[in-house]
Amino acid sequence: MAAISLRDVRKNYGATEVIHGVSLDVTDGEFIVIVGPSGCGKSTLLRMVAGLEPITAGTIEIGGRVVNDLEPRERDIAMVFQNYALYPHMSVYDNMAYGLKIAGLSKQAIRERVDVAATMLELKPYLDRKPRALSGGQRQRVAMGRALVRQPAAFLFDEPLSNLDAKLRVQMRLEIKSMQRKVETTSLYVTHDQVEAMTLADRLVVMNAGNAEQIDTPLNVYRQPATTFVAGFIGSPAMNMMAATVAANGRGLELDSGGSVKPRDTALAETGRKVLLGIRPEHLSLVQELNADLKLAVVAVETLGADTLAHGHLADSRGAGGDLVVRLPGTSPVKPGDVLPLAVEPGMAHLFDRETGKRIEA
Amino acid sequence: MQTKRTLFRSKTLPYLLILPQMAVTIIFFLWPAAQAVRQSFLREDAFGFKTTFVWFDNYTQLFSDPTYENSLRVTVVFAIGVAVLSLVSALVLALAVDRTIRSSQVYTTLLVWPYAVAPAVAGILWWFMFNPTIGILPYLLSFVGYHWDHSLSGFDAMILVIIASSWKQISYNFLFFVAGLQAIPKSLVEAAAIDGAGPYKRFFTIIFPLLSPTTFFLLVINTVYAMFDTFAVIHATTQGGPAQATNTLVYKVFQDGFIGLNIGSSATQSVVLMIIVIALTFIQFRWIERNVQY
Repeated sequence: MAAISLRDVRKNYGATEVIHGVSLDVTDGEFIVIVGPSGCGKSTLLRMVAGLEPITAGTIEIGGRVVNDLEPRERDIAMVFQNYALYPHMSVYDNMAYGLKIAGLSKQAIRERVDVAATMLELKPYLDRKPRALSGGQRQRVAMGRALVRQPAAFLFDEPLSNLDAKLRVQMRLEIKSMQRKVETTSLYVTHDQVEAMTLADRLVVMNAGNAEQIDTPLNVYRQPATTFVAGFIGSPAMNMMAATVAANGRGLELDSGGSVKPRDTALAETGRKVLLGIRPEHLSLVQELNADLKLAVVAVETLGADTLAHGHLADSRGAGGDLVVRLPGTSPVKPGDVLPLAVEPGMAHLFDRETGKRIEA
Repeated sequence: MQTKRTLFRSKTLPYLLILPQMAVTIIFFLWPAAQAVRQSFLREDAFGFKTTFVWFDNYTQLFSDPTYENSLRVTVVFAIGVAVLSLVSALVLALAVDRTIRSSQVYTTLLVWPYAVAPAVAGILWWFMFNPTIGILPYLLSFVGYHWDHSLSGFDAMILVIIASSWKQISYNFLFFVAGLQAIPKSLVEAAAIDGAGPYKRFFTIIFPLLSPTTFFLLVINTVYAMFDTFAVIHATTQGGPAQATNTLVYKVFQDGFIGLNIGSSATQSVVLMIIVIALTFIQFRWIERNVQY
C-alpha cells in the first residue's frame, strides 16, 4: 500500500506530445478512475505508471520513491489487463503463483497466499484448470487473483471489464469495488465507460486529448463540470449545450438560436460575454406554460420505461443550434409534434466560456 | 474442423476434376515407389543381362553392411546438427526482429533471401568459403591455430555440410518463428514483466513454452529436410567423403545406385527411406494436431 503521485507527467512519441503534463496525488488506499474517450491517453498514462512506457518528462512516485527509471518489476505494482493476459500454458494456480515464485517465496507461503485469494474470488474449484477452460468472468477473476496474491503497493486496472457482457460487467464491477475496499490497496483504474467510472471511483480523473480536464469526486464532476468536455462526457444523454450571450440589465441570456432564458439561482457573467449554457436533460422539467423558461418542439421520443427522452429543438429557434434533449418521467404522454413548456431546475444551469470551454464560476 | 462441401449434380465431373492431380501422383510418385519396392526384391548383374528374384536378401545384406550402419550414424549426427543449428539461429534472429518495429520488414525480407538460393549453389558458396587453399574461413581459422581441411578431416567435412544445409533452412524457420512470436499477445510479456520476470525468465517461462508448437513442427520439418533434401548440398561440397564421413542415407542411395550400379541395394535403401519419411509424417500429423493447442 502506498500513495502515488504524478508531477507534470508528459509523454512524447517522436515530436508529438500525447500527454500534456498530468499531475495527480493519490492517497494511500484511494480508488482513482481515469476516464476518457479512446485515444485520450488514459491507457498510456497507466502504462507509464506501470513502467511499460518510458516517461518523457515529469516524475512518478510510488510510496515516496521516484520510479521513473525503474523496471516494472521493481515498482511493486500489479496490473490487470483488458484481455486478462493469463499465461495460457499454465494452470490457474500457476498463473497466480508465477509472480510469487519469481519473488522467491517458499512453496508453503505461495500455497497459502494463492489459497486466500482463490477463496476470496471463489476460484478454488478451478485451480487445476487452464485459462482456456474458464468462462470470461472466471478469467477476469484469475487476473485479479494474480494481482491480489502479490500484495503490491498499487493495483493498476486497464479497462478490465470491457471484454465482458453487460450483466457480468455490473457484477464484476461490484466485486472489484468490494475487493478493493477489503484489501485497501491504492488503485488506478482506466475505463471509457462513465458508469464504471462514476460507481467505482473515490475520485475521477477525466481526460481529454492528453490533458486531465478535471480531478474530483464523481458527484462533484457531475455537479460542477470544469469544462464543456467534462460536461458532455459525464452524464447520459449528454448535457445540452446552447450558445448564448449575457444580456444587459440582468435580463438573462440571449440564445444565439433565438429567444432568451433566465435560469434561476445562477450567477450570470458580465454583460455581453459569449457563453455556452449547459443544462442536463434531467434538470429540465415540464411546467405550466406561464412558468416556462424554454419551449421544446418534440421531434422524436425514446421510451426507456423508467424515463422518457424527448428529442427536439427550441420552439422559437431560428435554424441550427437549438437542439435539446429532455429526460421526463416514464409516464409522460409525449409524442412528436408536441410543444413542451420547460423550466430549468434552480441552480442547475451551467455556464462555460465560449472561447476556452472553462466553467464560469460566480 | 469444418470442411466445405460442394455438391455435384453429375457423378463423373468430380472424378474428372481430380484426375489431373491423381495422374501426377500416380505417374510421379506411386509408380516409381512401386518400382522401387519391386526392385528391392530383385538382384541384377552389372550389365543388366540377368535379373533374379531374391526375396529379402537385399534387406538382410543391407542391414549387415557396416557402411550402411555408418551412413545411418552420419545421417543422425547430420540431422541433429542441422536441426539444432538452424532452429537456434533462426530463433535468435526472429527474437531480434521481433524487438524492432520499423525496420522488421526489411530484415525479414533480407533474411528470407537464402531460401531462394538453389541448394547446389548454396553448397558451392560454402565450399568456396571453406576451401582450404582459397577460402576465407580456413584463413581466419589459421589465426586461432586451427588447420581446416574438409577433404581430409571427416569432422571438418561434417561441419561444412551442416553449416551449408542449415544456412538455407534458417530462412524457413525464421519466418515461422517470427509469425509465432507475433502471435503471442504483447500483454502476456508485459504481465510477466510486472510479475517480476526479467528478460531471460520471460523468454524461458512464457515465450518459449508458447512457441513450442511452432518449434516442434519445425523440428520435424527440419529433420525431414536434413535427411532428404540435402543431396545437392552434399553433392556440391563433399560428395559423401572423406572416407564416408558425410555419406548420408540419401547420398548413399545415389552412390550405390547410379555410381556403384547396385540397383537392388539402392532400391532397398529407397524403400527404407520411404518408411522413415512416412513415419515422420505420421508423427507430425498425429502429434502436432493433438498437442499444439494450449
